[in-house]
Amino acid sequence: METSEMETNRRIMGVLAHADAEMLDQKFAGLGHVPGWRFLRKPETGLVMLQGRVSGTGAAFNFGEVTVTRAAVSLETGEAGHAYALGRDKRKAEQSAIVHAMWQSGKYQQEIETEVIGPLERFAAEDDERKVKETTPTKVDFFTLVRGED
Amino acid sequence: MQIATTGLGAVSPGFSDPVHDAQSVFSAVMRAMSRPGRIEQINERLEAPSPANNAVAAVILTLCDHDSPLWLDETVAGAEELKSWVRFHCSAPITGDRATADFALVTNPQSMPDLDTFALGTDEFPDRSTTLIVQVSSILENGGWVLSGPGIESKHKIRSDDLSADFIAQWRSNRELFPRGVDVILCAEDRIACLPRTVKIEEG
Repeated sequence: METSEMETNRRIMGVLAHADAEMLDQKFAGLGHVPGWRFLRKPETGLVMLQGRVSGTGAAFNFGEVTVTRAAVSLETGEAGHAYALGRDKRKAEQSAIVHAMWQSGKYQQEIETEVIGPLERFAAEDDERKVKETTPTKVDFFTLVRGED
Repeated sequence: MQIATTGLGAVSPGFSDPVHDAQSVFSAVMRAMSRPGRIEQINERLEAPSPANNAVAAVILTLCDHDSPLWLDETVAGAEELKSWVRFHCSAPITGDRATADFALVTNPQSMPDLDTFALGTDEFPDRSTTLIVQVSSILENGGWVLSGPGIESKHKIRSDDLSADFIAQWRSNRELFPRGVDVILCAEDRIACLPRTVKIEEG
C-alpha cells in the first residue's frame, strides 16, 4: 500500500471511529443503495491497552485498558471494509465497516465522501471546537509560592 | 476523484459463531488426541481458503493464535489467500523455520519433511514441540495401521494412504524420543484423527 493511500485510509477509518453513532446511523440510512455484503468478522468487543506520554514527550506508559469494538465485512464486489471504534457499539462498527468498504469502490466513493464522511468529519470538528471553547475558560495554571521562614 | 483502495483484499469469513464453533472443534481435537486413532467429526462448515480442506481450516482457526508460529509446507508457502486468511483470523505469525514452529501445516504429505526436522521440545519442556496438521484425502477406519498405547484399550486400526512409505519408520524414531517428539493431527475433509507421540504404529 502506498503511503498516501495509507493516509487517506487512516483518515476514513479515523472519521468513522470518531463518528457520532446516531449521526452515522442517519447518514447510513440515507444512502441510496447499499450493495450486498457479508461479515468477515462479526462485531466483537475487546480490550486494547492505551499508552500515554506525559505532556506528549515523556516515556510511554500504560494508561489503562479501553473497550474497543471491531468488525470486518466484504462487499459482493470484493472490497473489504474494516472498522475499529472505542466503546461497545456493535451497530456502529458494522455500519462503519460497510461504509469503509463502499468508500473503496469507485462506484460509491463520491457518494460516501459527500454524504457520510464529509458531514461526519465536519460535525466532529465542530464538536471538538465547542468542547475546547467550553473548557478553555476553566483552565487553571498551578504554581507554587516559595514558602519559608524568611 | 481518484479511486483509492486499501490494498486489503477480501478474505473468506472464519467461523460463523467464533466462540462456540472453536470450542466444539477444540473439544473434538482433545477427544481425538486422548483416544489416538479414533475418528472425530468436524461439523463446522467453513469456506476454507484453497488448498486447505475444511478440517484443516477449522483446526487452524481453533488452535493458532498470535504467539504460535505456523510453518507452511512448500505447496502452500506461496498461497497468499491462505496466508492472509490465517493472519486475519488468527494473527498467527507465519514462519519459514519449522524447527521453531508451534504448528506446521502439511498439505502434501507425500513430501512431508522428516519428522525430526520439526521442533521436538526438550526434556524439560517437551510441550515446546511442533504439532503437525496434516491434510489427507481420507482416513480409513479399520485400515492397515495397528495402533496401541495410552488411550487405546487393546488395539485400534486406521490408515491414511496419503502419507509417505517411510512414515511408519519415522514414527518409530519419533516415539523413541519420548517425552520429546511431534504430535500429528490428520485432517480429512470433515473428520480428524490424532497421532500423539505416545502412540505405537505397526503395519498390520
